[in-house]
Amino acid sequence: MSEPLLCELSVSGRQAIRFPEPDVPKAELPALLRDDLPLPELSEVDIVRHFTRLSKYNYCIDQGMYPLGSCTMKYNPKINEETARLPGFTATHPLQPIVTVQGNLLLMYALQEWLKEIGGFAGVALQPAAGAQGELTGILIMRAYHAARGDTKRRKILIPDSAHGTNPATSAMSGLEVVQLSSDPRGNVDLAALRAHADDTLAGLMLTNPNTLGLFDENVLEVVRIVHEAGGLVYGDGANLNALLGIVRPGDLGIDVMHFNLHKTFSTPHGGGGPGSGPVGVAAHLVDFLPEPLVGILEPGDDDTAPLYGFIKPAQSIGRVKSFQGQFGMLVRAYTYMRMQGAEGLRQVSEYAVLNANYLMAVLRKSYHLPYDRVCMHEFVLAGVWPEVPDVHALDIAKRMMDYSLHPPTNYFPLIVHEALMIEPTETESKQTLDAFIEIMQKIAEEAHTQPELLKTAPHITPVGRLDEVKAAKELVLCCGVDSPD
Amino acid sequence: MNIPANLKYTSNDEWIKVEGKVGLVGISDFAQNQLSDIVYVEIVAAEGDTIQKGDTCATLESVKAAADVFMPVSGKIIAVNENLPDKPELVNSDPYGEAWMVKVELSNPAELDGLLDAASYEKHIQEKG
Amino acid sequence: MYIPHTDADREAMLHTIGISNLEALFQDVPASHRFPKLNLPPGLTEMETLAELRDFANANETTQDLACFLGAGAYNHYSPPLVDSIIRRGEFYTAYTPYQPEVSQGTLQAIFDYQSLIAALTGMEVSNASHYDGATAVAEAVSLAYANFRGKRNRIVLSPALHPQYRETLRTYNNGMPVEIVGDQAGVALQSGPEALEALIDGNTAVVIVQYPDFFGRVYDLTALAKKAHEVGALLAVSVNPMALGLLTPPGHFGADIVTGEGQPLGLPLSYGGPYLGIFATRLEYVRKMAGRLVGETVDNRGQRAYVLTLTAREQHIRREKATSNICTNQALMALAATVYMSFLGKHGLREVAELCYHKAHFAASSLAALPGYSLWSDAPFFNEFVLKCPTSVKHINEHLLDEGVLGGYDLEQDYPGLANHMLIAVTEMNSKEDIDLLVDVLEEVSNE
Repeated sequence: MSEPLLCELSVSGRQAIRFPEPDVPKAELPALLRDDLPLPELSEVDIVRHFTRLSKYNYCIDQGMYPLGSCTMKYNPKINEETARLPGFTATHPLQPIVTVQGNLLLMYALQEWLKEIGGFAGVALQPAAGAQGELTGILIMRAYHAARGDTKRRKILIPDSAHGTNPATSAMSGLEVVQLSSDPRGNVDLAALRAHADDTLAGLMLTNPNTLGLFDENVLEVVRIVHEAGGLVYGDGANLNALLGIVRPGDLGIDVMHFNLHKTFSTPHGGGGPGSGPVGVAAHLVDFLPEPLVGILEPGDDDTAPLYGFIKPAQSIGRVKSFQGQFGMLVRAYTYMRMQGAEGLRQVSEYAVLNANYLMAVLRKSYHLPYDRVCMHEFVLAGVWPEVPDVHALDIAKRMMDYSLHPPTNYFPLIVHEALMIEPTETESKQTLDAFIEIMQKIAEEAHTQPELLKTAPHITPVGRLDEVKAAKELVLCCGVDSPD
Repeated sequence: MNIPANLKYTSNDEWIKVEGKVGLVGISDFAQNQLSDIVYVEIVAAEGDTIQKGDTCATLESVKAAADVFMPVSGKIIAVNENLPDKPELVNSDPYGEAWMVKVELSNPAELDGLLDAASYEKHIQEKG
Repeated sequence: MYIPHTDADREAMLHTIGISNLEALFQDVPASHRFPKLNLPPGLTEMETLAELRDFANANETTQDLACFLGAGAYNHYSPPLVDSIIRRGEFYTAYTPYQPEVSQGTLQAIFDYQSLIAALTGMEVSNASHYDGATAVAEAVSLAYANFRGKRNRIVLSPALHPQYRETLRTYNNGMPVEIVGDQAGVALQSGPEALEALIDGNTAVVIVQYPDFFGRVYDLTALAKKAHEVGALLAVSVNPMALGLLTPPGHFGADIVTGEGQPLGLPLSYGGPYLGIFATRLEYVRKMAGRLVGETVDNRGQRAYVLTLTAREQHIRREKATSNICTNQALMALAATVYMSFLGKHGLREVAELCYHKAHFAASSLAALPGYSLWSDAPFFNEFVLKCPTSVKHINEHLLDEGVLGGYDLEQDYPGLANHMLIAVTEMNSKEDIDLLVDVLEEVSNE
């Protein structure tokens, strides 16, 4: 591929868009006037062609399946893009008087209520911008809860070894001490290890359930009980909620606080790396600590008038976690999705997500090693390695998949499985697509044994081949036109 | 796997070469192999620092991992390898020679007794794998 | 509607798995809590859903109906349709994070260009691939500064003229850090510029944080402040409005070490507060301490130039509890939108828009200041926002303005008790002279009551 950078396309003197002359008298320009604005000079058609050509180097859901474990790359409905762009939404300023934005506030209030219902929570805040920020919010709530009770000894957070990296990163950011918990041979939290740490220094446990192995913890009620008995709280990482909609409510299992990933479970698009949205749900005893602002009913309505919606600050709020109200455009998309699903639709989402994963697992276990032989939830993990061909690794399998126009599954995660391949098909993939995926995986397994060099040198048909990541890290070139300091 | 007999090792893959009261510290061949191509080395200990066993003296980064290097012993830092940050690849090519990280004057030589000898370290690596 | 399975598909799949029905897949879920009845309204069809969302949207009054003079961190600028046409391409918005670079060069190269443009705009050496918004970007700047000194310096000197919501966010975020924040406590003199912070900078200061233009719209030369910070080895972090940088000297030229900001003015719709765009740029020496994704240039095994996420060893998926931050998903699509906007406007267009904002704001300011009972709170230079001292409460004035189809400025009393009756007014290229004349007329009427 050879698409130039913007600075390379620039031609001096070009201007794509013009603006009107000022319709007011001009003021004297400021003393702190910039003498050069080094932005590119391009024509409109150049810009459109450049970004159109660039876009074609991307794989995307609209083109094919992403079997990426823990990402829930389900189809992104087009209707969501339409509703999010309604000018009645996009042209509202975040600081407008609440009487002028009752449409927005009603939508947010309804979304709060629905997430409470789905998760089994007493309160929901929509503000956090992504899952990781939702985690931070949740951990800060836990800390504030303990601090409010004078329980300042509680500085220990237990995190299973299968956890997503954001879990320990978040805990460390909040000044808590991270203690890793091992998993047992069936992929559950090791109860003995948990009991050993369940004392009065325990702030809580961060639990992903189903976990990153795709397994529902067989002892989840006991795990929660142990933590609660020791005076700790249980944080639920909601990244894997796609397996649980209408199947079980995390709040009912005793989860005290959980974040939702709207860009996973609730169909909002990944955008090449964001924006996401990470609302947080909490049990009754934590409602007062939620971040501000929440949407509430300021004045109840009656038969003739609608209620007045507005913002409220919880009594012992941890404060604000970002500016304004949250990723509103993503909230509209999630609302649209949930409005069309209803309870029945959401349950089907999880049923078929789990069906699809188990179907793949049932067939692929014949060609790949399956480290945990249990019914999986919406995802499962294979080991991308065969003892008889020790030179072939999960990475090679992943790269070879691209030669079959497929995006690889998640590699090397979770860390507890050597050469892991984490596969999550989601419910929006048909049996036909899954069968095609199976065929490709079987073919690659065969190639690994008969022609391993095809895997080692893959990918071949993609616009670029394997990249020199060492060079990228050692010779930093992070901007156009700037040479790396060699 | 290269494990020189004249060195002592830690379970975190650091080595120390002791001559009298002075020790040279780096990371083992096994460690550099695990990390793969090192792209960045930062020596965080400075000459003149008083440092305890277990303190971080350097951090390393490869493309796929990052690691802290911990002091195997306590003492005073008398030199740091100023060449290493410019040539991180030395950690891969010469982990026991040119990729030494800090030179320390031992304050408590008895700490050496708690370290692993080459044979024990080799056993330790095999169990890890 | 998005589940393609037929009954036959399902039965065949159940058969392959070796179970008889879907319920059998959920035996690990405790029976007492399995299959709850969710109390949600029944699902609507697409047509009905669109109609309902239209009702919600129509229930709002918007900046399309009202002349908008409200700023305070989000601005009503022109968003060219071209920007949306690009980010609406499925190849961009339905793509995943570019962890597999061979099939993500579109996203990666676009982000590399984003980094380049932000570095150029701010006068800094390196930019990351985005943060959530201007507020969290400042919070991460504090984390960077604290980590830079390995916790040995714990004073944060904070301007009271940094956006109130940013200062609140910063405090929520660094609740886990043992830091001392000085400079913005209640009762501090607001009329002074950044020189007032100089006395607070000591050898224990990790970072000095200011906003440019500040929350009150004022523009100050930060050279002296940068010098004072650097004399004691502290960092200077500046939070910017990138639109202002189309006209004004960028913070990199003053000697800023970190530049953060809110990228919403770069072609992103107001959208009731999000999704927005956190800008984060630094000097090259801090690149390894910077949080968030970074795209770097390299070559592939065929000798072609290509782009890849780099320095990933800083990030949570590798470093875990030792990561520089927990950030994973960022605002990639909004960064793409800003890149399209900046390339579409380019060197000349961004300057044109910035100048329009500047001239219109100055016209509004002088017209309003000429009204009896009103005056400008500060005589400091400004870009497109200024504070107007009013003869009565801002709440009262804004009610009148709304009746006349005008969205009035921000009531500063909400955040600064000493600034009752002071309105923060923003003017952009979207405000016509007629809008401004209307604003002036209504304010005159109110003062005559």
